[in-house]
Amino acid sequence: MRADPADYELIAPGSLSAVVSLLAQLPGEWLPIAGGTDVMVQYAAGKLPCRKLVSLWNLRELRQIEVSDSAVSIGAGSTYTDLCDQEVIRSEFPLLTTAARWTGAVANQNRGTLGGNIVNASPAADSLPALLVYEAELILISARGERHVRYGDFHTGYKQTLLAADELVRAIRLPRQFAEYISYSRKVGARNAQAISKVCIAGLARATGSVVNDIRIAAGSVAPVPMRLRETERAVKGKPISADLVKTASQAAIGEIRPIDDIRSTAAYRSAVVANLVSEFLYSLSADGPRT
Amino acid sequence: MTSHQGRSEISMTVNGIRRTLHVYPMERLLDVLRIQLSLTGVKEGCGEGECGSCSVLLNGTLVTSCLVPVLQAEAASVVTIEGLAQGQQLDVLQDAFLKCGGAQCGICTPGMILAAYQLLETKSHPTLQEVKEGLAGNLCRCTGYSQICESVAEAAADENKR
Repeated sequence: MRADPADYELIAPGSLSAVVSLLAQLPGEWLPIAGGTDVMVQYAAGKLPCRKLVSLWNLRELRQIEVSDSAVSIGAGSTYTDLCDQEVIRSEFPLLTTAARWTGAVANQNRGTLGGNIVNASPAADSLPALLVYEAELILISARGERHVRYGDFHTGYKQTLLAADELVRAIRLPRQFAEYISYSRKVGARNAQAISKVCIAGLARATGSVVNDIRIAAGSVAPVPMRLRETERAVKGKPISADLVKTASQAAIGEIRPIDDIRSTAAYRSAVVANLVSEFLYSLSADGPRT
Repeated sequence: MTSHQGRSEISMTVNGIRRTLHVYPMERLLDVLRIQLSLTGVKEGCGEGECGSCSVLLNGTLVTSCLVPVLQAEAASVVTIEGLAQGQQLDVLQDAFLKCGGAQCGICTPGMILAAYQLLETKSHPTLQEVKEGLAGNLCRCTGYSQICESVAEAAADENKR
């Protein structure tokens, strides 16, 4: 049944410190809402258990993108459109801007935020494999102070995260060490725009000739959380691309993912697609193969 | 503004007119525009941000108004399809949609035109692919999209008006 707005409270304190102290007073009572692209869908369907919401939309402290020599720090309230508008992100972290353009369509990209995508913790979220391969770090804030956690450790199970009840993601920090890497990404869904992924994948690699010196691969919609394909990476790292290696790597990928059957796809289809995408990525790295 | 349970007074500018409204903060901007302000050009389709028929410009940015709690529009400027024409003078996009058959049943049309408006603000001469990407969040069940893309191209080509 549709929600009745009279049953809900929403406040907009207007500053990050005010939101953080509110969360500290009643941890777990207040649900933060930024662009609403997930929360409002649950709300409209009458499926939002929380009755007290606090708005993060447009808080200046959460919408800054800071660039230093060593890292780019993206305010968690930055929208997908904000990400695409930043030259440094387009040029050094293209997997992230590609994923941003995959997410919904223009209107959703104008409202959906990177921090929201992380905290919503959907295993199908398009931007999350990119954050995994870029070795992102999250800066979490609460009235107790700030702490830094590796993004790779943040999702602990299906829709479970390390975020405490009184904490917010303040920023996402990306080390500037991948500008020279070859990047690869694919989203497989029913339609290019709006559709939620059946499988999405992000890859980064450096190769000399056909030898893969370094490689990172992550995928979404293939496990309860977005996951790095570490077995696959290990199978490939330091070796020259060959048909045998590609086969070994594809098998490693199938072995380490944990896909399920759901409304969007089947486990068998997802496994076949992941194997094909890993093959395509590796062939694109080989000296004679096509580059993507 | 801090509001508590119960209706609150908030202000926003809608189609150039300053409005003071008594709303529940979690009311959808869509409902406030349609019910309180009778701006029924804002259509409800899916109600979950997938179809684009409730699109409006919020501070000049395309959003689906079904996903905007009205409190987040406080002090903002909102433009709906009703705000696009200058008096009796239709916007160039509206003219183009009429001329090219871009509107059939009309449910998607306000959202399509506003999405196209936002696209032409940033890219005055978009390619067909850019038009398709700009309108990708707006679903139409009548036209098959060709006439809509033609309408946008027609508006973009109309140098006299843009």
